[in-house]
Amino acid sequence: MADTDFDIQYVANLARIALTPDEEAKLGHQLGDILGYVKKLEELDVTGVEPMAHAVPLANVLRADEVRPSIPQEAALANAPKQANGLFIVPKIVE
Amino acid sequence: MLHELTLSGLTAKLAAKEVSSREAMQACLDRIDAVDGQVNAFMSIDRDDALGQADAADAALAKGNTHAAQPLLGVPISLKDLFCAKGQPANCSSKILGNFLSPYDGTVVRKLRDAGAVLFGRLNMDEFAMGSSTENSAFGRSNNPWDLERVPGGSSGGCAAAVAAQECFGSIGTDTGGSIRQPAALCGCVGLKPTYGRVSRFGVVAFASSLDQVGPLTKDVRDSATLLGAMSGHDPHDSTSVPADVPDYVAELGGDLKGIKLGLPREFLIDGIDPEVRAAFDAAVKQCEALGAEIHEVSMPHTEYGVATYYIVATAEASANLARFDGIRYGDRVDGDDPFSLYCNTRGRGFGEEVKRRIILGTYVLSSGYYDAYYLRAQKARTLIKRDFEQAFETVDALITPTVPAPAFKAGEKMDDPLQMYLSDIFTISCNLAGTCGISLPCGFTSEPKLPIGLQFLGKPFGESQLLQIAHAYEQATPWHTERASL
Repeated sequence: MADTDFDIQYVANLARIALTPDEEAKLGHQLGDILGYVKKLEELDVTGVEPMAHAVPLANVLRADEVRPSIPQEAALANAPKQANGLFIVPKIVE
Repeated sequence: MLHELTLSGLTAKLAAKEVSSREAMQACLDRIDAVDGQVNAFMSIDRDDALGQADAADAALAKGNTHAAQPLLGVPISLKDLFCAKGQPANCSSKILGNFLSPYDGTVVRKLRDAGAVLFGRLNMDEFAMGSSTENSAFGRSNNPWDLERVPGGSSGGCAAAVAAQECFGSIGTDTGGSIRQPAALCGCVGLKPTYGRVSRFGVVAFASSLDQVGPLTKDVRDSATLLGAMSGHDPHDSTSVPADVPDYVAELGGDLKGIKLGLPREFLIDGIDPEVRAAFDAAVKQCEALGAEIHEVSMPHTEYGVATYYIVATAEASANLARFDGIRYGDRVDGDDPFSLYCNTRGRGFGEEVKRRIILGTYVLSSGYYDAYYLRAQKARTLIKRDFEQAFETVDALITPTVPAPAFKAGEKMDDPLQMYLSDIFTISCNLAGTCGISLPCGFTSEPKLPIGLQFLGKPFGESQLLQIAHAYEQATPWHTERASL
């Protein structure tokens, strides 16, 4: 059962993933099938059921606000695809 | 032969100075040279680093350090390719990370080092832990040591294959929906998924943060107990790790199953279980009964909704977690005219098909207009699944189930049908959703070809000690864990 609402181009764009036309066709079809399967959850009566985000809920996990060492700048930049002057280099953002 | 020892067998010999850590490490490397061309469990190995760590362990042993203080002193242990170990790659079997080298040790790596382990090798996996066969690795699949035409399971398939092929004395994987237990079952080794919060996730590349847990894959239950003890405990770097005491899991092993109540969830015994798997499972239940366990049928009415719930919750979390792979700070970049096209090109080129499929699905279920229908509903279904466990654990100590409905499948068999692949996790997924602990261990073999069959016990939250006791009692009464693949 395919989900007719599913617009693969729109969602891939939200996810910032460029797809080839072949991938669009294949993934769109497969995701339609998967969404058809997960619609099974509509059978469930969830009235009054609290949603669950974590299995072991811990509340207000805080630590002391103190200065601690972190990795040095060179180490943080070492894996960058492009870097200069201690900065990550990205394409121009503002005109 | 040295590589045939269990972890505890090796530590006994190291303690008695019958072998050195360097000899043990060299035995692993020799074994890898002999068989990994067929198994393809390892993506890379830093041999000099491994032997250097082994020499350091030998120096510590010579100085009088003991296994009582450092239970893994001198023991070669291998890692799934998603753990951060300083100066080593963590590719997650993906192209997108390029030549990434970890700038720091994650907590699990640090704890294993503190316990004396010699950490080596990057084990193959499904890309970003998304898959059940290692076929989603960008670097080619691993092969099941029992039948090289078949998959080792996944996503920690390299871990399970390396243990089954006796290329290491134990390995560390992660389990989000069965990624330790399913490959352990398919390769005939022991795989333990601890309770959510038991082991720190700091320095582990995240797939689905509310489901991921780190755990061991080993040749027997005792070895899993040893590794769990070394890795467990609260970590201030992971706010979801739980500040609970860590028992001495090894010391608490032993005993029989007298008075233990095991629950048989009726909804797990569905049509479609392979007949040989079903027969081995039924025999395992009888064996537990013979060892003194009481078997109670229990109902887990929301079991059939587990896979659907999982594929919404896990993909939603993955879509957020994997947003960090954007070509800016690390990994490979595919250029674009502006940041937007740089992101799209980098991610389009760098991620494999299954990862794209899941990120897009996760983005969709969180998107405006669909959030309530999919994500919120799945979170409520998750509550119902957790309640099934809570109710079952009111009357029983642990659940007993098959780990996987069928033995290892042939490579390529499920690659064009992701939904069928997802359904192979049907018995392991609900444990992650409920956040409790589970273990898989061998309970027999199919006849032709000879393939391992896995038995799963699911325990109460933070009940790893009892879970290990139950698994150990069964294991010690059966011959299955002593069988090795012939390579």
